Amino acid sequence: MPTNSEVRAQTPGADRPRRKDPALEEYFLDAAFDEMFDDQGVVRPHYESLLSTFSKLPKEELHRRKQSADISFLMQGITFTVYGRDEGTERIFPYDLLPRIITAGEWERIEKGLTQRITALNLFLRDVYNEGKILADGFVPREIVYSCRHFRREMRGLQVPRNVYIAVTGTDLLRLGNGEFVVLEDNLRVPSGVSYMLTCRRVMKRIFPQLFAKYGVRPIEHYTRVLLSTLRSLAPEGRPEPSIVLLTPGIYNSAYFEHTYLARQMGIELVEGRDLVIHDNVVYMRTTAGLKRVDVIYRRVDDDFIDPLAFRSDSILGVAGLFNAYRAGNVTLANAFGTGLADDKAIYAYVPAIIRYYLGEEPLLQNVETYLMTDPAQRQHTLQNLDKLVVKAVGESGGYGMLIGPKSTQAQRDEFHALIEANPRNYIAQPTLDFSRAPCLMGSPDSPSIEPRHVDLRPYILYGDKVTIVPGGLTRVALPKGSLVVNSSQGGGSKDTWVLND
Amino acid sequence: MLSRVADSLYWMSRYLERAEHTVRLLDVNMGLMLDRSSTSAEGRWLRVLAALGNPEEIEWRGDYNQLVRALTFDADNRASITACIVSARENARQVRDELSTEQWQRLNRLYLQATEPNISGNGHGLEEFLPVVLDGLHLFQGVTDTTMNHGEGWQFIQMGRSIERAFATVKLLDIYYRDFFVTAQQTPDSNQYLEWIGLLRCCTAFEAYCRVYTADLTHEWILEFLLLNPDFPHSVRYAIDGLRQAVISVQQSSGRLASDELSRMAGRLQASLNFAEINEILDQDVSAYMSNILRQCLLIHDLIYGSYIHYSVQAALSA
Repeated sequence: MPTNSEVRAQTPGADRPRRKDPALEEYFLDAAFDEMFDDQGVVRPHYESLLSTFSKLPKEELHRRKQSADISFLMQGITFTVYGRDEGTERIFPYDLLPRIITAGEWERIEKGLTQRITALNLFLRDVYNEGKILADGFVPREIVYSCRHFRREMRGLQVPRNVYIAVTGTDLLRLGNGEFVVLEDNLRVPSGVSYMLTCRRVMKRIFPQLFAKYGVRPIEHYTRVLLSTLRSLAPEGRPEPSIVLLTPGIYNSAYFEHTYLARQMGIELVEGRDLVIHDNVVYMRTTAGLKRVDVIYRRVDDDFIDPLAFRSDSILGVAGLFNAYRAGNVTLANAFGTGLADDKAIYAYVPAIIRYYLGEEPLLQNVETYLMTDPAQRQHTLQNLDKLVVKAVGESGGYGMLIGPKSTQAQRDEFHALIEANPRNYIAQPTLDFSRAPCLMGSPDSPSIEPRHVDLRPYILYGDKVTIVPGGLTRVALPKGSLVVNSSQGGGSKDTWVLND
Repeated sequence: MLSRVADSLYWMSRYLERAEHTVRLLDVNMGLMLDRSSTSAEGRWLRVLAALGNPEEIEWRGDYNQLVRALTFDADNRASITACIVSARENARQVRDELSTEQWQRLNRLYLQATEPNISGNGHGLEEFLPVVLDGLHLFQGVTDTTMNHGEGWQFIQMGRSIERAFATVKLLDIYYRDFFVTAQQTPDSNQYLEWIGLLRCCTAFEAYCRVYTADLTHEWILEFLLLNPDFPHSVRYAIDGLRQAVISVQQSSGRLASDELSRMAGRLQASLNFAEINEILDQDVSAYMSNILRQCLLIHDLIYGSYIHYSVQAALSA
């Protein structure tokens, strides 16, 4: 890792913006793509207004607005739950005041690329759970599919409404040094975070109304309406006025705030497993007026826990008999069961091939280079370079179960060495990515400073009768200096994402 | 409305009403400790504990400050004000989507005020803390009435509040009656006068009482006012009127599951209070009369549960 002084020496003009403005004294550029400055150290045009607005604000005023945003988050109870501590520990979601700005051109590429990718992944799921043509043709190895923990044999031969398996996706994108967006993860099971996207926007609009208006930001507020019509479009046949519910694991889930938020914004019932009963393969909810039929379940409970009869029998979050009701076609679940297959990190390596196979197109969004541990040569390479690579368990998400090579200790590397050798199918490795950084408001109230921090981007893709992506997403920030981990469970924060009209 | 939601709203409301009652009881009795009185400190605080249903693990150990602090801040003790607020918020959090944003923010703020360590760790905070909680509770009630749909959920909130209030008030009257109404003369001496004002204040009833009976206090009038007054919101009769009203509304809105038993019980209790006369009550065994009301309240609680919350699936399918 180069030190700051080396970077300054290497990068021409890197110290230019710093001199003009004391707030930028800590803003150093290095090889990572910077969202605000180009590699000459000149402010990108779409960040000019933002930077000048923030530099002009007196620090008292900045502090006041920051506090006002803080209070707003706290009072709305916008919190998430941290696992591994006392059960039910709530924290405010950390956030940053400076929005991340995406130009219309950049967004257009992202939108096209994601639409292509989701369409292909959905076709892949349908194929694998039905004829299995792609396996027969040898483009994806059978053993990888069948050995996936999230592959659900129970789904074989099942017709799902409109053939849509993945109604809601939150794909994680990174931006590499050359400015290109690449896909890091396809979250096809129960992606979360969309409520933070929506509430961050509401707070930002209140705290910086003029700036917001000046920028001409594309709206995202219709997300919940689109989500609702997506769910409605997936209702079982013969149910023209479907009753739709959101199934939550309950108040101890880390995303419980989001579940209540979405249910309220859509005007649908928020249910827990214990609210639902199955009789004759029909799902009902217990109401004060007796049992009421349920047609569509937007479920935020993982496959494993959703039906103790079909999957994990020790689950108390689920509903006994739900899977049979689903098989009988009496209820739709979004997302379908078994979608975790397609976001398995080993399958991920095959997504470019999947896109070419089904759509006959070149992928518009690239993958991150991925080493499969099932391949002896790639495994060998990985084991020799554990200190440079990132190792991830294929079925995990949320930053759990991974090794970040450059930040690891010898003991951790030895542990992963043994883990990989014991179960190669369970791990993949990727290079440590130097992904893009965006300006964040750091420092103390007395001396606020603008510093770069690593960010990713999670747009939300809805797939009902068509694919819809609201222009925006959740930008997650690795708030500690130099950190590369953006997960909220691991100390990451978020910022508002502004997609501009032309 | 989901049964689980109705359950949570009902209990949220009960816990808040319980917190409010406890706040007033503590506040009033702490105030009375400042005056010289014929009631010993021990007698007074044992009475308070009895009125709160003798919560487990809280005992009178001779220091009323310590007792009040335990009843206020000790979140581990289910009877404390803080524990009630925490429970209410926990219930509210489970039905976050049913509450208006204003309600949630109010309750969340109250929760933060009650659990904030720098308030509860502060040795002098009690006198300031109780009014803050009371304010918070009143504000919550205000936004509940002005921002929430007055539909089924609101009715379950009314049910919870009414039944909790009726129960607590009857219990309080019962304890006071046993303690000193039995030996009371017609005109109370100044000590007794103070205690009786205290009882009325515990129900925010002193001024309302004066408006009806003037500042002359007699135990018949106090009992009559707190049990049978039709217009005063903290009287038992008023609370039961509200309960019956909520029961009827829920029955109408949920339609299919009309519970004859529940409406009969609620109606009977209401009628018995509406047509009762204080002299008749005083002529009989007053304690037995109070116990009977408490028993009926418990029965109504069970019926609400059986009809709307824990009903059997078979019964519901055949309906």
